[in-house]
Amino acid sequence: MSAAREVLLKVDGLRKHFPAKAGLLSRGVKVLAVDGVSFSIHEGETLGLVGESGCGKSTTGKLILRLLDPTEGQIEWRGRRIEQLNRAEMRPVRRELQAVFQDPYASLNPRMRAADIVAEPLRNYESLGAGEVRTRTANLFERVGLRADQLLKYPYEFSGGQRQRIGIARALALRPSLIVCDEPVSALDVSVQAQVINLLMDLQAELNLSYLFVAHDLAVVEHISHRVAVMYLGKIVEIAPKQTIFTQPQHPYTVALLEAVPVPDPTRRKQRRALGGDVPSPIDPPSGCRFHTRCPHVEQRCRREEPPLQEVSPGQWVACHLRQPVA
Amino acid sequence: MTALLHVQDLKTRFFMRDGVIRAVDGVSFSMAAGETLAIVGESGCGKSVTSLSILRLIASPPGRIVGGRILFEGRDLLTLTEDEMRAIRGDAISMIFQEPMTSLNPALTIGWQIAESLVLHRGLSKADAMTKAVEMLHKVRMPEPVRRARQYPHELSGGMRQRVMIAMALACSPRLLLADEPTTALDVTIQAQILELMRELASETGAAIILITHDLGVVAEMAQRVVVMYAGRKVEEAPVEQLFAHPRHPYTSGLLGSMPHLGHSLQDRSVKRLVEIPGMVPSLREEHPGCLFAPRCPNAIARCVQEVPPLAAHGAGHSAACWNPMV
Repeated sequence: MSAAREVLLKVDGLRKHFPAKAGLLSRGVKVLAVDGVSFSIHEGETLGLVGESGCGKSTTGKLILRLLDPTEGQIEWRGRRIEQLNRAEMRPVRRELQAVFQDPYASLNPRMRAADIVAEPLRNYESLGAGEVRTRTANLFERVGLRADQLLKYPYEFSGGQRQRIGIARALALRPSLIVCDEPVSALDVSVQAQVINLLMDLQAELNLSYLFVAHDLAVVEHISHRVAVMYLGKIVEIAPKQTIFTQPQHPYTVALLEAVPVPDPTRRKQRRALGGDVPSPIDPPSGCRFHTRCPHVEQRCRREEPPLQEVSPGQWVACHLRQPVA
Repeated sequence: MTALLHVQDLKTRFFMRDGVIRAVDGVSFSMAAGETLAIVGESGCGKSVTSLSILRLIASPPGRIVGGRILFEGRDLLTLTEDEMRAIRGDAISMIFQEPMTSLNPALTIGWQIAESLVLHRGLSKADAMTKAVEMLHKVRMPEPVRRARQYPHELSGGMRQRVMIAMALACSPRLLLADEPTTALDVTIQAQILELMRELASETGAAIILITHDLGVVAEMAQRVVVMYAGRKVEEAPVEQLFAHPRHPYTSGLLGSMPHLGHSLQDRSVKRLVEIPGMVPSLREEHPGCLFAPRCPNAIARCVQEVPPLAAHGAGHSAACWNPMV
């Protein structure tokens, strides 16, 4: 992405700590779901956010959408701090900041007709006549590849892929600038997944949309993203343009993640060096570098000192003691 | 050499209030001892019902196996009594399910859950069976097997639970292991660990594996032969290299093309769009005179909607059910 484009969203030192389940003995124990995350997203750009379950990628998305309040840190939208805004003050920002969720079954109200689901943001935010709402809704339906005769159907009458199209139409209704997509295709079958990915990319080209694309599937993220951030236990361990991160990953965790992906080519069966162990608990994360308990290159310093995120090549930032920053 | 398993024209149906679902509609395949066969397809294609049919675990009502034969080591499993079948399950044939949390008993220690089949099938004393259970946990590389054996499923991570499932399945040295999406619920680094473990244990014990999955990457890494299913029917079968290099059925070819491959979007800027398979899977409630894939097929000709295509040979071990196959 060229630096000349406007920065839409800038996140700095974002933290979200949840109180751990309130048991008698666990008072004051916190889950460090997101623990100091910084990045920015430009106009027309897709930032992929990847990591394994519990790394904090979905929580990051929810914080940006202000569905959760951050414990600490700043969220800037078009240069303006929004993390402290109240409901009324958030209203104009919400028009521009929309979401598509993972589960197309749970994210649509089963009692509403598809047309009403898509029209709801229009009714809430725009003062339009009934006729105009109908026209805009019909246009949105067409844009995401749904048929006009499906307008009055209920969610249960649609397949998973079609429901995700309804969710996308709803997100597009207010002509947003940034859409947070939280695992938008992971509940879909491969052939349908391709339809939805193509649709998201077409919409981006046409409407100059930005996406924060939260997903665990690295092949999907590579396909759709311009830049990619890798999270581990609440922190970004590496962030770089996609070309760089997929060809020259620098953080040992990024390397391990890429190595773990099964390759759909039987002639290139990998002799994998599978990463050992499990992801530690975010309630009591390891000292120093959080990855040190599983890292094949761990050194003494990694156990004590937390590595800062440093630029190791143009645009590539890595949090690892074993990587030298550019001079 | 006689086949270890020979499934012949299997037909499993579900008799619902609003019609009959042809979940598996005339599927045949066979496999040799020690072989790994993958059954792939999207949700609802009948791959899981096929494996449940082999173990005769179809809930009845509403399900019923209405036709075919399942010859295991020469015996037709469909003619056995329930007692005879029970002696086979967990012994000569065992199964690993997708969701280890729901397939383990939350009220029993994992050690006992592994030991149970040894008491049942091998007549071991409880103490001996528990010793063997700890051995099995050691074998699946469970950290601290002695302590873990006394723990309950909720105390284990997802990856560890799947290790327990594998230990249970392999306790009685089965000749055939049915693995239904064994790594789908796991993170990619944990998936890599589990796949490696399955591969090692299978070659060590000589167990044949039927691997049921929607993930072509997993297929490429694990299988020797592949059966592709679509809407309850087998549409293609081939050795794994052959299937990936020269898919003959347009559905297989579409599946391979619709999947984003790691690295592809980096090499060639022109590979912007994924191949879409338009439309969606047909209803299994209705009877279809022709090929079930015809409405979505780019190769469809007039004959496709009139006559069901038979499986035609395309070289050694390779067959596809298509009137107008890919060249």
